Amino acid sequence: MVNTLDQIFVLLQHWIVGLLPAVLQPFAGVLLNVVAIIATFPALFAISVLLERKGLGRMQNRIGPNRVGPFGILQPVADGIKSLTKEDVVPFRADAIVHFMAPVVLVVIVFMGYAVLPMGRNMTLVHMDGALLFYFAMGACTELSVFMAGWASRNKYSLLGAMRAVAQMISYEVPLLLSSVTVVMITGSLSLDRIVEAQNQYTWGLPHWYIFTPWGLLAFLMFAIAATAETNRSPFDLPEGESELVAGYFTEYSGFKFAEFFLGEYVGMLSISGLGATLFLGGWSAPLEVLNFVPSWVWFFSKVMLSICVMIWLRGTLPRLRQDQLMNFAWKFVLPMTLLNLGVAALWRFMDGGWLRWVVCSAIVLGTYVLVGRSEMRRRHYGPRSYRYAE
Amino acid sequence: MTIVFWILAALTVAGGLAAVTLRNTVHCALAVTAAFAGLALLFLQLDAQFAGFAQILVYIGAVAILVVFAILLTRESETTEHAVFSRTWLAGLCIAAGVFAVLGWAVLRSANAIPQQATAPVVAVKDIGNALMSRYVLPLEIVALLLTAAMVGAVVVAMHEKGDTK
Amino acid sequence: MNPLARYLLVAALVFAIGLAGALTRRNAILVLIGIELMLNAANLNLIAFWRYGAHPEALTGMMFAVFSIAVAAAEAAVGLGLVISIYRHVRTADLDKMNRLKG
Repeated sequence: MVNTLDQIFVLLQHWIVGLLPAVLQPFAGVLLNVVAIIATFPALFAISVLLERKGLGRMQNRIGPNRVGPFGILQPVADGIKSLTKEDVVPFRADAIVHFMAPVVLVVIVFMGYAVLPMGRNMTLVHMDGALLFYFAMGACTELSVFMAGWASRNKYSLLGAMRAVAQMISYEVPLLLSSVTVVMITGSLSLDRIVEAQNQYTWGLPHWYIFTPWGLLAFLMFAIAATAETNRSPFDLPEGESELVAGYFTEYSGFKFAEFFLGEYVGMLSISGLGATLFLGGWSAPLEVLNFVPSWVWFFSKVMLSICVMIWLRGTLPRLRQDQLMNFAWKFVLPMTLLNLGVAALWRFMDGGWLRWVVCSAIVLGTYVLVGRSEMRRRHYGPRSYRYAE
Repeated sequence: MTIVFWILAALTVAGGLAAVTLRNTVHCALAVTAAFAGLALLFLQLDAQFAGFAQILVYIGAVAILVVFAILLTRESETTEHAVFSRTWLAGLCIAAGVFAVLGWAVLRSANAIPQQATAPVVAVKDIGNALMSRYVLPLEIVALLLTAAMVGAVVVAMHEKGDTK
Repeated sequence: MNPLARYLLVAALVFAIGLAGALTRRNAILVLIGIELMLNAANLNLIAFWRYGAHPEALTGMMFAVFSIAVAAAEAAVGLGLVISIYRHVRTADLDKMNRLKG
């Protein structure tokens, strides 16, 4: 019974495919999986948008949208109808083809990343040997669509926003890849299925998730920072900050094309949260061994939604970073920490298990974090934090 | 699979042609990105998955971005309508046509002597890693050195000098 | 036409197109684009021979192509840096106008 619930989507797919003639079966199987992904993640997108607006509202001491439906639950429906029925304004001197293709390219590429995420036991769309490499290749292509959007609008501010966004994305791509490489090094495989299986073991009831190791914790923090920057989320959202550059590279987009960009951004957030959950939080494995009766896909999606909640929390709490602060942070803090983390992970791998490697690795991680952080701060003459309250 | 091959080949060749004939340089850059994508898909069809994904990651994710940034930073004012091709375009075209003729003739002449490996090699990424660390470790280290030198060199060359007029 | 010959012809065609672009365009960056196309065509050749030749398990062709990709990226970076640096001097990226050695 437990196993059936866990594999319910796989069994459903086998049953539906079994109803079709044999010659169509492989094609239909893949098509069904693809349709499931294209149906699920926009639904999650709608939930995240609602969560964001209500959550941000509460963090800013106001209620979010509450008109449409009870407690504003149907707000995404209203947003969708609005985007679909708004007039599609294309600037006169804009490059029509590139202007049209930019959001399309973004959405297509972002959805391609889901092909390799293991969403449950036996629930990966494509089993590839170099799955992580495929995912990052797709992530690298999103920058091109951002540039296309900014350039095709023939608008100085859009172009500026696009160039800033691309510079930010390529700067944070290196720490993103390097922190994932530590996981690959320890697991010995680029395949995401193997990485999840390696984390699916339990010692004294606690899982072997990589986040519970010193190098894994640092790698997860750096991955989270880089992922927030890659998806242009606050505090790294200068390229699309509403108060800075109107709307950055999608200023000149309206109606459905803007909705496509919005969809692309949130689906990208879900995708990279899924990757973070797979690499560091154990993918579809349960936190405690006793909780294995809960289906694996429940764990995967709850980890993804938890990461989304943390991203929303960051957006509501931290102020925006300026472009040069952002780039400095990437090249002078995050990148050296990820390089050091590679060394620490190697040390972890080749020391014998036991308390010594925990102590040594934790000491190196903590010591360097404090040292590098303090040296960055010292150069900027930050004093100790002082609070001033309104009288 | 040949229909897929012809579609991808058509995409690559069309992208290449567009890249060398279009007037607007940013359109040329986007067309060459399409050619890179077509080539990456051809690599995937040749069962070279690692090379295909590396092509996407490096060429489309980095080289294409570099090219568009360089185009944006070296744009003259939009009003100049000079010729697209240089004065000696005919000579260049003839040379290129000659090169293609020679290569095509060589390929078609030796079509029967080319070895035919029917079965696709199954390459695990682990094998590539082993090969890189055992047989190809010297090229790997030299490429690392080369990339460092290129990075430092590019930064130094493109840097603003202290007294430079902007 | 056997499969290998098809790939080699496509590679030869892309190489010729890249060569034509490098030899006929005025803009320095488009010359670099032509060079990148030529390098890509050579990579396609390498992978095609790896796939259809003898001993594909030795991975020689694929490794050669991967190193070629890395080297081409480095060369593109340096080349574009040079173009930007020259642009700052002569205010143009037009190669036909850069016909003097005096800076």
